[in-house]
Amino acid sequence: MTPRTTFTYEMEELNKEITEMANASKTAFEKAVRMITDMDFSLREDVRELDHRIYELNEQIDKHCLDIIALHSPVAGDLRTVSVCLKMIEDLNRFGRYARDIAELIDDFEEGKAFKSFESLRTMSCLVVGLVDDAVYSFQQRDAEKASHLHERDDAVDALYDTIFREILTYMMEDPHKITVGIDLILVARYMERVADHACNIGEYVFYMVTGERLDPKARTGNLEPDVCLRIIDHPAPRHELDEK
Amino acid sequence: MTTAIHTEDLHVYFDKNHALKGVNMDIQKNEVTSVIGPSGCGKSTFIRCINRMNDLIPSCTVKGKIIVDGQDINDDAVDVVDVRRRIGMVFQKPNPFPKSIYENVAYAPRLHGVAEEVNGKIRRRKHTKKELDEIVERSLRRAALWEEVKDRLEKGGLSLSGGQQQRLCIARTLSIHPEIILFDEPCSALDPIATAKIEDLLVDLKKDYTVVIVTHSMQQAARISNRTAFFYLGDLIEMGDTKQIFERPHEELTEQYITGRMG
Repeated sequence: MTPRTTFTYEMEELNKEITEMANASKTAFEKAVRMITDMDFSLREDVRELDHRIYELNEQIDKHCLDIIALHSPVAGDLRTVSVCLKMIEDLNRFGRYARDIAELIDDFEEGKAFKSFESLRTMSCLVVGLVDDAVYSFQQRDAEKASHLHERDDAVDALYDTIFREILTYMMEDPHKITVGIDLILVARYMERVADHACNIGEYVFYMVTGERLDPKARTGNLEPDVCLRIIDHPAPRHELDEK
Repeated sequence: MTTAIHTEDLHVYFDKNHALKGVNMDIQKNEVTSVIGPSGCGKSTFIRCINRMNDLIPSCTVKGKIIVDGQDINDDAVDVVDVRRRIGMVFQKPNPFPKSIYENVAYAPRLHGVAEEVNGKIRRRKHTKKELDEIVERSLRRAALWEEVKDRLEKGGLSLSGGQQQRLCIARTLSIHPEIILFDEPCSALDPIATAKIEDLLVDLKKDYTVVIVTHSMQQAARISNRTAFFYLGDLIEMGDTKQIFERPHEELTEQYITGRMG
């Protein structure tokens, strides 16, 4: 018999819960982005439902982690896993919230068309979807190497955000009737930029969970060379298949 | 930091059983060092070496060095009684003498007497009653027991509760001013309240003494010690800062043991 049967079971259950939450958060964000790019507004309801489920899981995992700490006193790798789960649920919850905000902000075809007309917005959405995908994947696979490189793409996202902000500002200045649409698009870009930050947070947690070492905070200072930024923007990382287990 | 105890290639055999296999360890002064590991891993054997308690076991052979204050305590020139005066020990089960509380604490100082220099020569004389009273009060206070027993010092030590008996044993150890105190699972027979008192006491004692504790409680080691040593099958597997051991052990075996996954 495996020693600490109950504790092992609880840790496995926690892993299942956080995996479900991570998948739900990733899917919610992907659907919110797809809603705009495909102009498929039927996805809005899916995003709302997923956000609701993400919130439920947030509460459930928070309670579960505290129960594990109180009843089983985890140490070493187990302690790191529980503490990382406690932090990760906040970031995953934010994925869900931003997905819902995006889905509710963009509510007509005109905005959808405008979104599609900005190449940089579409590129940014691809990059952020890829980042979220990799953040969740690195957690599921306990892949510290992948987790440690997420911030590089976040720098590219930040650079794109600056470009998008300027582009949309010009777009609004050219035609004041487009200010409402423009502000909505800036907000979408802002939400995506924030989602990328949360994905990087998850990368940092995963790195700590796997190695016990903290990533150097200087690594996230946005000092990526412009040519590296461009390369990342031009060649987004390949996607991982959804693991619904 | 100053090293209080340094062991070098320490081996212990019980007949042919190789109980400790070349332990190299530095125990720092004025720190609490926990020794953890599964039953039979050699942790008690290790601390019993430090005050030569293993000398009492005929089948036991100790090889290697145990340096305390620059001197190997196994050296032929070393007086074992003096070693045990300087390095006290408190055991798993409280073992007060079947005497009064006062006598339990006064017993050792009375036996050792007090060293005095007379005409350039060191002589030992008996303590005066006043001196003994002071030692008893000071030791009981230091062991956080004085307030509970000051009105019944003549009562038998065995009349106290388990936790109080254990603190009486600690006071008895403190009465002869040891430099190092070894604790062999001192809380395993105590309830959580008595355990908490002993743990507070150990943390307080490190200001004046070097404390080494063998414990089966991971949480106890985590709560009170500065450094933790993990033994397995007679080998010292890993020793480090307690935070490092419990948050990020370097050795897989340590992780397996402290997370309870060692089969």
